[in-house]
Amino acid sequence: MTLMQKFLGAAATLALSAGAALAEPALIFDLGGKFDKSFNEAAFNGAQRWSQENGTSFREIELQSEAQREQALRRFAENGNNPIVMTGFAFGNVLGEVAPDYPDTKFAIIDMVVDAPNVRSVVFNEHEGSYLVGMLAAMASETGTVGFIGGMDIPLIRKFACGYAQGVKAVNPDATVIQNMTGTTPAAWNDPVKGSELTKAQISQGADVVYAAAGGTGVGVLQTAADEDILSIGVDSNQNYMHPGQVLTSMLKRVDNAVYDAMAAGPDLETGINVMGVGNGGVGYALDEHNAQLVTNDMQNAVDQAAEQIASGDLTVHDYMSDNSCPVN
Amino acid sequence: MDRMPNWADAVLVPLISLLLAAILSAGVILAIGESPVDAFSLMVEGALMRSAGWGYTLYYATNFIFTGLAVSVAFHARLFNIGGEGQAMLGGLGVALVCLYIPWPHWSLAIVAGAVGAALFGALWALVPAYLQAKRGSHIVITTIMFNFIAAALLNYVLVNLLRPVGAMDPATARFPDAVHLPTFQDMFSTAATPLFRGAPANVSFFLALLACGLVWLLIWRTRLGYEIRAFGHSDSAARYAGISPVRITVVTMLISGGLAGMMAVNTTMGEAERLVMNATEGAGFIGIAVALMGRNHPIGVLLAAILFGFLYQGGAELALWTNIPRELIVVIQALVILFTGALDNMVRMPLERAFLAGRKRRA
Repeated sequence: MTLMQKFLGAAATLALSAGAALAEPALIFDLGGKFDKSFNEAAFNGAQRWSQENGTSFREIELQSEAQREQALRRFAENGNNPIVMTGFAFGNVLGEVAPDYPDTKFAIIDMVVDAPNVRSVVFNEHEGSYLVGMLAAMASETGTVGFIGGMDIPLIRKFACGYAQGVKAVNPDATVIQNMTGTTPAAWNDPVKGSELTKAQISQGADVVYAAAGGTGVGVLQTAADEDILSIGVDSNQNYMHPGQVLTSMLKRVDNAVYDAMAAGPDLETGINVMGVGNGGVGYALDEHNAQLVTNDMQNAVDQAAEQIASGDLTVHDYMSDNSCPVN
Repeated sequence: MDRMPNWADAVLVPLISLLLAAILSAGVILAIGESPVDAFSLMVEGALMRSAGWGYTLYYATNFIFTGLAVSVAFHARLFNIGGEGQAMLGGLGVALVCLYIPWPHWSLAIVAGAVGAALFGALWALVPAYLQAKRGSHIVITTIMFNFIAAALLNYVLVNLLRPVGAMDPATARFPDAVHLPTFQDMFSTAATPLFRGAPANVSFFLALLACGLVWLLIWRTRLGYEIRAFGHSDSAARYAGISPVRITVVTMLISGGLAGMMAVNTTMGEAERLVMNATEGAGFIGIAVALMGRNHPIGVLLAAILFGFLYQGGAELALWTNIPRELIVVIQALVILFTGALDNMVRMPLERAFLAGRKRRA
């Protein structure tokens, strides 16, 4: 081996290790876009929190088409980004194919289970959180009629609706739950105008609390509820601040924590299935200065008690996804 | 002679339009504080300098060829089919049914059946608007665009309630069996020593698209039906006088157009995702309109325009991956190209034509 070869080899090793040390995590947003004030934005906030606390940066991309899913995953993995975090169940299939090709890269997927040795799957028990806000809705309602506005009509959103309906009926078995889905295409995640129309329709049917589980569409729901002077319930992120005193609460789905944890763990990310429920703070309801006067002590006690029972396993909320049906509606 | 030469019409006008769009896009990128030169070289680098980049460019181009041909065939009969999106969605359903419920021994048989299934479903989806236009005079622009929404709703219903595997979250069908896996460019052109098109979705249906280009050219300029379509397009009353049935031409043209749009699904559904997903078309039906306009409704033009738009899509993806240019501005850049090459065509053409005529007069 000549001196030159040694030198080149050393340089290559140095370059490789430098690359590994510089490996920044990457975050891939689903088609809904980064600033939906909801699911994707929660993920962005988690990543932002991590990067500010550590003074480091991360790569990110907002997808434009289905074919880009695999492309983004592969390009980031080849670029040495580690771990690669993605938001949304729609990545499941693609990740299942891509993950085995990059055994040294760690992936984290939210809202879906992918069975691979280098993947952390984070799933949330949204039905439990929705149950809690459903109880609050029933207790706050004076008309005995509450509304649910979903985004795109997919099983995940029916899971929200089913948990919510169960919570409502647990408090008031005679209550009516009006359910509407915004649409049948992905555009339904970002259609505030339609959300507003649906809210008005539900109000005319007597609803005085409306729960929006609809991504960016929820902005229109919350706005109209505030304009028409009824209560609304936000989703995913804490949306209480958007209309102080008019948003009863928000169903929190701590996507931000999931992203933060994944990025903080770095390349040593622990893999496997990670279920985030009421028990471990993965889902819950939001209580802050903006809705303090809306949630009475009695309401809070009742909901906290239910949360404890869910956490301890004494109370089971039916999961729509388990059998594609809902015991109440 | 009051027209400019053909080469200027076919080459110069699109080139100048593109240049104008590029200058405006550069301005947009400058305005948000990024370097247009870097952005452009990143797009070229990512879309055309690597084989995997070509793999994506040609994958998108395959979609646009089919939808572009669909629009241009209809346009020869002066029918404006903006329902390519819905027809492609239904085409996807046709492909999925063929792939899921018939056990194919080999992909070569499956692609033929898949293409037939896709074309059949796409054509059926165009049949109702065509009938309404031919018999009732309901304007085809309105009906086809409405049918896009009906298609989306129908597909959603079918995927969520009928075809989705139990317990799956994604509104999508199960994976197609391995036997119908279409060879990708990677499978076809890579050798052990030189891996090419790694991970790129371009697949054998690109050649199906090229074949479709050839067949459309034959149909429009070399068959009796094509002659009737063009005659009907140029003058409804003259065609009627010559004994051409307007009802028949309207319906047949729309069936062909819908079938072509539907065949796009062979590429996205069978070639890429290998299952039917909710938004497999992603606007390719609408891009097809721009592609047809830019390609002057000629198959060669459509092919070139489709590759250009494929480049824009893949280049846009590279921009999204490696720069801080937000997704919305990438759409703005793509839209500027569509605007200049499609909608504002006459803005370049008329001054250019005047310049040519003036030049000719001086020489005379």
